[in-house]
Amino acid sequence: MGEKKGEEKKSSIKFGSKLFELLSKYSEIELEDVEIEVGDLEIWLQPTAGVVAPPVKEKPTSLLEVKFSPPILEYPGKIVQVKLGATKGEGGSRGKSLVIGGERSPAFYMFERPMPNPPVVSLDVFDLKIPLAKAVKMHVKDVLEDPAAWAKLSVDKFGAEMVNLHLVSIDPRLKDTSPREATKTVEDVLQAVDVPVAVGGCGDPAKDLAVFQKVAEVAEGERLLINSVTLDMDMKKTAEAIKKYGHAVIAFTPMDINRAKELNRKLYEVLPKEDIVMDTTTAALGYGLDYAFTIMERARLAGLMGDQELQHPMSSGTTNAWAAREAWMDMAPAWGPRELRGPIWETVTALTLLLTGVDYFMMMHPAAVSTVNEVLKELMKSSRANPEEIMDWIKVKI
Amino acid sequence: MAKRSISPIDVYKLLPRTNCKECGEENCMAFATKLVNREISLEDCPPLLEERYRGWYQRIWEMIKPPMKEITIGVGDRSVKIGGQLVMYRHEFTYYNLTPIAIDVTDEMAEEELEKRVKGAEEFTYNYIGKDLKLDLVAVRSTSDDPKKFESTVKKVIENTRLPLILCSLNPKVLEAGLMASQGKRPLLYAATRENWMEVAKLALMYDAPLAVFAPNNLNLLRSLAKTLTEYGVRDLVLDPGTFPEEGLADTINNFTMLRRAICKEEDETIGFPLIGTPIVVWTRLSKDPEVARWKEAYMASVLIARYADLLIMHSLDGWVLLPTVILRQNLYTDPRKPVAVKPGLVAFEKPDEASPVMLTTNFALTYYTVEADIKSANVSCYLIVVDTEGISVESSVAGRKLTADKIAEAIKDSDVASKVNHRKIIIPGRAARLSGEIEDATGWGVLVGPMDSSGIPAFLKEKWPPKDEE
Repeated sequence: MGEKKGEEKKSSIKFGSKLFELLSKYSEIELEDVEIEVGDLEIWLQPTAGVVAPPVKEKPTSLLEVKFSPPILEYPGKIVQVKLGATKGEGGSRGKSLVIGGERSPAFYMFERPMPNPPVVSLDVFDLKIPLAKAVKMHVKDVLEDPAAWAKLSVDKFGAEMVNLHLVSIDPRLKDTSPREATKTVEDVLQAVDVPVAVGGCGDPAKDLAVFQKVAEVAEGERLLINSVTLDMDMKKTAEAIKKYGHAVIAFTPMDINRAKELNRKLYEVLPKEDIVMDTTTAALGYGLDYAFTIMERARLAGLMGDQELQHPMSSGTTNAWAAREAWMDMAPAWGPRELRGPIWETVTALTLLLTGVDYFMMMHPAAVSTVNEVLKELMKSSRANPEEIMDWIKVKI
Repeated sequence: MAKRSISPIDVYKLLPRTNCKECGEENCMAFATKLVNREISLEDCPPLLEERYRGWYQRIWEMIKPPMKEITIGVGDRSVKIGGQLVMYRHEFTYYNLTPIAIDVTDEMAEEELEKRVKGAEEFTYNYIGKDLKLDLVAVRSTSDDPKKFESTVKKVIENTRLPLILCSLNPKVLEAGLMASQGKRPLLYAATRENWMEVAKLALMYDAPLAVFAPNNLNLLRSLAKTLTEYGVRDLVLDPGTFPEEGLADTINNFTMLRRAICKEEDETIGFPLIGTPIVVWTRLSKDPEVARWKEAYMASVLIARYADLLIMHSLDGWVLLPTVILRQNLYTDPRKPVAVKPGLVAFEKPDEASPVMLTTNFALTYYTVEADIKSANVSCYLIVVDTEGISVESSVAGRKLTADKIAEAIKDSDVASKVNHRKIIIPGRAARLSGEIEDATGWGVLVGPMDSSGIPAFLKEKWPPKDEE
């Protein structure tokens, strides 16, 4: 009797060895309860009808050594490299020039391929006294009305690898600064620092074009990063000015991958791909960062998978992190001082996007900038982990 | 990847097809569609759980089961589910089970300190667009390595909280003492290593507890341990490839990324388990100023959330450290298919009458919900016109010309608000101030420029409404 029962069990396991495995792993059904009619088995084990020898489930007595093979992929596409700034030898006057882009793998998939160029962090400088969060203002209060001094402070003290000058004052609704005057500010900044410089407008398509044309001409050869060209500008004229005087440009679109492609496509009529950085909009942590994250991640993967219109380095207006009220508002004491909340907000926004593939950051707070730079430096180096160092973390007394 | 291409028809064929509606859906096809979209679970179909459909159940499960197993820690309504991920990138489908956060206590902590920390973990809450964001577990670390101390500490923690536990020690004797103190609570055991795996596996089996596997920066070992433990009979594993906050940060994110890819893209069943990150490791550097450690812990937590941790153990209870962390996980774990925009149109708050203020905002979901929360907190009766800016925020839509005087004129007209109020004043967002003149020209309405941030709405209304006649 006992023997017979054993046989029965054996035969059902024999037929159901695949099932046995599944059940033991997914525990949806208790194995003891399995009563299988052979007829049933034939119906529902069809796809894996092969009869496998019953596994002898003996508990291992020593470690079963297996390997982990790194899952490495090849991608048909490559992100173009864009050069920013130009040294004397290259026709400009910068102390050094920078290259961003060139990826053949998603960002920091170092197990797959090294990152060809580290992303670059630039600091925002405004040509007009604008409202700033208190936590930012305290660091730049002495230079708020002097963009050249602000730029110098950013490079000398805050570790900016580039300066991101915003010509806000050209806005016809604000100061309506003329292109000639605005150009003067650009020249002052170029004089004050020797890092590459990006020059931004005010968002008015006609005025921005007028100013960019003038700036491009006066700064010929400096390989400025013009920030930015948008779908509602006269793109041809903007692109022509950029091309004629040897600059690069940020193609800006509002959170829409198809419009990003459309804008790039239009720019290709005038500009080589190597002159274009794309910006698909950065929203703050808690205020749409998820959309920004996913659009950038999709854009980068699509570019690597071969979408010719998305193979550009990406830029991020990370300063937008400060739009989050958690970054600047006074909150109950439990949430800590905004002097900490603000910069950690900007840091987290930046690092989240760094991992999607952003190559050029426009930032604001010195602590956020130095953290991102530190993390970047560490991320560029593999094989530095020492397991001994963390093996005992459980016992650490804090 | 194959997972995403399951057709509802394939599932439908294996359902009872009785259209009994017991699941709450209209018919079996509707159930199949929801099942494929993971909006309903297989257990919601009562007939399918009957003995006679067992085979079909199993086949459907095989079709839809995620390549990463979902693991439950704790029991009852406060239990926590981790893992169950289907995809590597959130645009491919969506991420599941947002990364729970455990806060640590130790078995050498003064009682008041321990109670304070447990209470802190329990009571942490932040209201973010209508949702209360919370912490999820308590991790009890044995710094003493003394089973007795650990046992009494675990007891104390259980007396003070219903949050599920993680029992942390590499000493099986200590872990066993913790398990005895938490019978029936299903804590996560942390951790099995190359040295202790067999003893710890016995405990996991005896107490039916999920088990974490710790193999810092050694994926061969991690996979070997996972295989060995599975063969040993432990079914619920959680994998820790090690969190290195400084030297080794690149290795850390590489390891997490490789594991997630091997699990979701290559469907490596041996390691098809959730991943655990430990930002708390930043505190191992004792020379560090605590403020610096908190800062590092905050950004390490977010890096790990963005790079595939399914569970985090942290030390800081500081609001400024946890706030970005809980908001980031909330952001990344929302369904990316969810539209960015809310429906444009007129919204009435409280009981507006003909003298009530009329305000205006955009239909970007986050903008709208923020404004909505601020108006509600002000407790005022008013109208809010939500303009279709294609889901763009105020500042960007002004810059991108999605919010223009003409659009606003159209929205005012469509809302028919003119028939509801006896004044012609509209309050616009501070960030749209530059449009004031144009709006007045296009609409004939007087414009009041509201605050730069909607948190200023209550104060603004108090001061500026009703408007003085000459304005």
